[in-house]
Amino acid sequence: MAEEQNKKPCRFWIWASASVVFRLILISFPGNLNLSSRPEVSTPLTSIRRLAEGYWLKQASMSPYAGSMYHGSPLLLSILGPLTVQSIKGQPSHLLCSLVFVIADILSAMLLRGIGQKLQMAYGLNARLLGFLKSSRDKVILPCGDIAALVYLWNPFTIVSCVGLSTSPIENLAVVLALFGAVTRRVPLAAFGFVMATHLSLYPATLAIPIIIILGYGLDAPPIKLFLQTRSVENEKSSTSTVSKQAKSKQTTHLPFLWKTVAHFLFWVLLWSLYVLVLCALSLNKYGGLEEMFKRTYGFILSIEDLSPNIGVFWYFFAEVFDFFRNFFLIVFHVNVLFMLLPLVIRLKHRPCFLAFVYLAISSILKSYPSVGDSALYLSLWALFVNELIDMKFSFFLFCGYLGISLLSPVMHNLWIWRGTGNANFYFGNAIGYACFQIVFVVESVSAMLNHDRALRRSSSNHGEVKS
Amino acid sequence: MASLVRSWIPLLILQSFLVAVAFGSKEAEQFSEALLLKPLPDRKVLAHFHFENRAPPSNSHGRHHHLFPKAISQLVQKFRVKEMELSFTQGRWNHEHWGGFDPLSSMNAKPVGVELWAVFDVPQSQVDTSWKNLTHALSGLFCASINFLESSTSYAAPTWGFGTNSDKLRYGSLPREAVCTENLTPWLKLLPCRDKDGISALMNRPSVYRGFYHSQRLHLSTVESGQEGLGSGIVLEQTLTVVLQPETTSVETNMQPSWSLSSLFGRKVVGSCVLAKSSNVYLQLEGRLGHESKNVDTEIEAHKLWKNADFDLSLKPDRVLRESSGLLFIFDIDKSSDSEPFDLGLNWKLPSKWSCQQAPLQASRFLMGSGNERGAIAILLKATESQEKLPGRELTDGRCTIKANIFQIFPWYIKVYYHTLQIFVDQQQKTDSEVLKKINVSPSTDKVSSGMLEMMLELPCEVKSAAISIEYDKGFLHIDEYPPDANQGFDIPSALISFPSHHASLDFQEELSKSPLLSSFKEKSLVRSYTEVLLVPLTTPDFSMPYNVITITCTIFALYFGSLLNVLRRRIGEEERFLKSQGKKTGGVKQLLLRLTAKIRGRPIEAPSSESPAAESSFLSTKLIFKIILIAGAAAAWQYFSTDK
Repeated sequence: MAEEQNKKPCRFWIWASASVVFRLILISFPGNLNLSSRPEVSTPLTSIRRLAEGYWLKQASMSPYAGSMYHGSPLLLSILGPLTVQSIKGQPSHLLCSLVFVIADILSAMLLRGIGQKLQMAYGLNARLLGFLKSSRDKVILPCGDIAALVYLWNPFTIVSCVGLSTSPIENLAVVLALFGAVTRRVPLAAFGFVMATHLSLYPATLAIPIIIILGYGLDAPPIKLFLQTRSVENEKSSTSTVSKQAKSKQTTHLPFLWKTVAHFLFWVLLWSLYVLVLCALSLNKYGGLEEMFKRTYGFILSIEDLSPNIGVFWYFFAEVFDFFRNFFLIVFHVNVLFMLLPLVIRLKHRPCFLAFVYLAISSILKSYPSVGDSALYLSLWALFVNELIDMKFSFFLFCGYLGISLLSPVMHNLWIWRGTGNANFYFGNAIGYACFQIVFVVESVSAMLNHDRALRRSSSNHGEVKS
Repeated sequence: MASLVRSWIPLLILQSFLVAVAFGSKEAEQFSEALLLKPLPDRKVLAHFHFENRAPPSNSHGRHHHLFPKAISQLVQKFRVKEMELSFTQGRWNHEHWGGFDPLSSMNAKPVGVELWAVFDVPQSQVDTSWKNLTHALSGLFCASINFLESSTSYAAPTWGFGTNSDKLRYGSLPREAVCTENLTPWLKLLPCRDKDGISALMNRPSVYRGFYHSQRLHLSTVESGQEGLGSGIVLEQTLTVVLQPETTSVETNMQPSWSLSSLFGRKVVGSCVLAKSSNVYLQLEGRLGHESKNVDTEIEAHKLWKNADFDLSLKPDRVLRESSGLLFIFDIDKSSDSEPFDLGLNWKLPSKWSCQQAPLQASRFLMGSGNERGAIAILLKATESQEKLPGRELTDGRCTIKANIFQIFPWYIKVYYHTLQIFVDQQQKTDSEVLKKINVSPSTDKVSSGMLEMMLELPCEVKSAAISIEYDKGFLHIDEYPPDANQGFDIPSALISFPSHHASLDFQEELSKSPLLSSFKEKSLVRSYTEVLLVPLTTPDFSMPYNVITITCTIFALYFGSLLNVLRRRIGEEERFLKSQGKKTGGVKQLLLRLTAKIRGRPIEAPSSESPAAESSFLSTKLIFKIILIAGAAAAWQYFSTDK
C-alpha cells in the first residue's frame, strides 16, 4: 500500500514532465503550427497578434487601444509586449512568449494539484465522519488533484491554446490562483487571483460567490443535515444525557459563517483592485486613462462589437440580428449568465468549489468571445470532482461530442473561409453543437452532483437504520 | 416735383452702387479655354481640355457674376473652402507609356472613381462638419454619390503624406463610383458656353467615353485679395483628360496613326467661345528635339518644324515653343469660322518612336495570401529606366537618396496590423530605421473611422526595387453593412505615391503670354502616381438566415436555462410522488412511454406501485366520463346556437 502511494506521485511527475516536453517540442516548430490564427484558439481578446499590435502602437506613442485591435489588459501588454518583439537568434519568433505560457500552464497544473489534494483530504474526512469509509473499504478515494493536473496538462485544448499563443493560459492561471488561495485559506492570494482574473476577462467576477463561501463555510462537504443526522443517531445510540441534548440543539443551528475571513478577503480585494487600477492608470495616463481602458476592454466584451467567427454562438447571432433588437438581445444574453447564479448558490452552497466549476463552465458557454482555453479550465476543474461525479451520465456521449466538434470545427472553418465551398451556417452549426454539448455537460454534472448528495443521504439514513 | 425726386432717388442709389461695384473690382471675371493634344508613344492620343474661370476678389460677396458659375461661388462661400479638387475618373493611367514625370500626368492621372479633397478655412472643430456638408452639396451638383464620403469611415485627414501640409485637409475617394455622361453634363454646365460653342463643342459623348482613360477634374482655389473689406477671389479650373485611340487604316504596326480633330471627336471646332478671353489649341510633341536645328528664327526653319519628313500638320501653327523635351505648337482658333472650321490634323509619314519621361519609381500594389480570413497588401516600387537622368536627387550623409511618400487609406474592415510592416529593398529586408524616415499611422476604429498610413521612405538612388508589405485581417460585417452585391468584394482605395524631392514642370525657353494652361504647366508640381484599386473579397454570412439564427440561438438559451433550472428544482421526494401518481393511471402504452422517457432522462424508473385500487380507477373513469359529457354538451350547445343563426 505504501509502495503504491510512493509510486503514484512518481508516475504523476513522469506524466507531467512528459507533457512539458511535448509542449516544448511543439513550440519549437516555426510559425506556431498556424495555431495562433485559429478562431477556436485566439479570440479578439486573447490573440497574441493583437497584443503585439497594441504594443507596437504604444511604442509609437499611441494609445494601445487605438484601432480596435487590442482589447486586453494594459498590464498584460507591458509584461508580454516586450516579449513579442524580442526573439532569440535562430529560434522561431515568439518563443519567449510561448515559454511564458508553458510556465503558466505548469503553475496552473501545480495549483490544481494543490486544490485537489485539499479536496481529497476533505472528502476523506467527510466520508470518515459519515462513516462510509469504514464500512466500504473497497471504495478507494481517487487522487483527484493528480488527475485534475494531468487532465489540465494533457488536455488537447490546453496544449493548443498554449502553443497557439493565446493569453488564456494566463487568465486560467489567475482563476486557479484565486481558487487555490481560497482553498488553502491564503486570503491575500485568493484576493489577488480573483482581482487579476476579473481584470483580465471580466467573467470570473462571478467567482466572488464561491470564494466567499469557501472562506466563510469551508471546503466542499456533503450537506450539513447529513452530519446532524449521523451525529444524532450516534448520540441516541450512546446516551440520552442532557449535555448531549444541549449539544444537539446547538448543532441544529447553521454552520458558523466566518465573517472575519470574508471581511479580510473583501479588504484585500479592494486593496488589490486599487493597486491594479493605479498601475493601469499609470500605464495609460497619456492615452485616455482608465475610462478608455474600461470602454475598450469591458465595453468590448459586453457590446460584442467584433463579429469574427469563434466557437461561440454570439458572433453569428449579432451579425444577423436586426439592429433594432441588438441592445435587447445583448441584455438578455448577458443577464443569462447572472440569472443562474442564485439558484445554483441555493442548491450547491455546501459545495463551493463545485459551484466555482459550474460558474466557470456557464461563463465559458455564454462568453462573448469563447475559446477552447476556457473549456480547458473547466474540464480540468471538473476532474477535481471525479470521486463525486463518478456516476455521471452521458460521459461517453459527451466525450465523443467534444471530440467530434474539435475535429469538425477546423474542417467547417476551412470549407467556409478558405475554400469557399461552404458557408457560414456550416461553422455556426458546429458552434451550436458545441454549445449544446457544453450545456449537457454542465447540466449533467450538476445533476450528478445532486444525485451524489441524494445517494449519500439515502445511504446515511440506511446506515442509521442499520445501526439503530 | 417731389414725386419726381422721389422716383429718381432709387435710381441714383442704384447707379452709384453699380459704379461702386465696377470700380471695386479692379479686374473683371475671366474665362479661358484651351485644348492640349499629345500623341502618346503607344499609338494613342491624349486630349486635355482645360478651362479656367477666374472670379476676382470683390466686395459684392459673389452675388453678381458675369461668367463665374454661381453654384461654385456659393459653395465656396457657404463652406469656406480654401482649396478643393474633385475628380471623376474611369480607366487607369498608364504611367509607363503615357508619362509620369510631366505636369500633365502628375495633375491629371487620378485614381479610378471619385476623388475629393478639400482644405477649409474654418476652425479646426468645424472642419468635419464642413466636409460633410460639402460632400452633400457636391453630390447634388454632380449627380454622383459623393455623399458616401460623408461617413467618417470613408475619409481621412492626411497630415503630410498627401503633399499638402494642412491640418484642415480632408481626403476621401470612392473607387467604385461609375463615371458617366450624367456627371459630365453638370460639369459642362459650369462653363459659360457649355458645350455649345468653342472648344468644349468637341466633347462628343460617345467619343469621349470610348477612350481608354478619361478623367474630369474640377479644381478650385481661393485667392486672398489681401485688402480689407474685399472678399477672396476664386479660381476654378476644369479639366477633362481623355486618352483616345485614333482609328487607323494603315497596316504598318510601328507607324503612328495619323489623326485629326474630326476623326478623334467626330466634330470640328467652329470658332471660339465668345466669352473666353483666350482660346487656344496646343499640340505637344515629345522627343522631337535635339537633332533639330537650334535657330527657329528663319521662316524656313520654322516651317520645317511642322512640315518635315517625319510628319506634317494640317494647319500652320501660330507659334512654336521649345521646351526641354519637345515641341509645343500653338494654334489660335479665333480665326476659324463656319466656313473654315478648325480641324487640326497630324499626319505621320515615317515610323517614329519616343518614350515618355517617367517617375523615378513606378508603383504597383497587389494583394497577397488567399482565403477570406487574412491577407497582406504589398506595394512594389520599381526603378524606371529614366531614373538616373532625373533631377531631384538628394545627398544625405554623402549618400544619394530618393524620397518617396506613401499615403494609403484602409477601410475599417481591413484590419491592418501595423507591426507587421516589412520593407524590402532589392529583395533584402531592411529594418525600419534604415529606410523609413517618417511614419504616421492613424489606426482605424471599427465602424467609426478609417485607417491611414503615411510613410516617407528614403531609398538609395541605385535601388532596383523596393517592396512594402503589411498584413491585415478581414473584418466580418453585420448583414446590413454589406452592399447589395456583397460577393463582388470591397475596394481598397488607391495608394498615393509621391516624390517630395521631385517636381515636374515644363520650362519653356521663351517667356510666354498669359495662357493659363501653360502657366499651370510651368508651375512646379509634385510628382505623384496612384496605384491600382484593390478588390478584397470579404466573407459573407447567409443573408437569408436572420430568423433561423435568432430562433436557433434562442433555443440554445432556452435549453440551457430550462434544463439547468429543471435539474436544480427537482427533489427526489417529489419525483417519487410524481412517478407514483403517474404509475397509477397508466395503461400499457403509457407505461412503455414512461419507461422510454425515463430512459432518455437517464433516471432509473420507479417501479409503479403494485397495488392499484380498482375503486380509484373507477372513480377516475367516472371523472373521465363526466368530462366527456361536459365537452359533448358544450359542443352540442355551440352547434345549436351557431346553426340557429
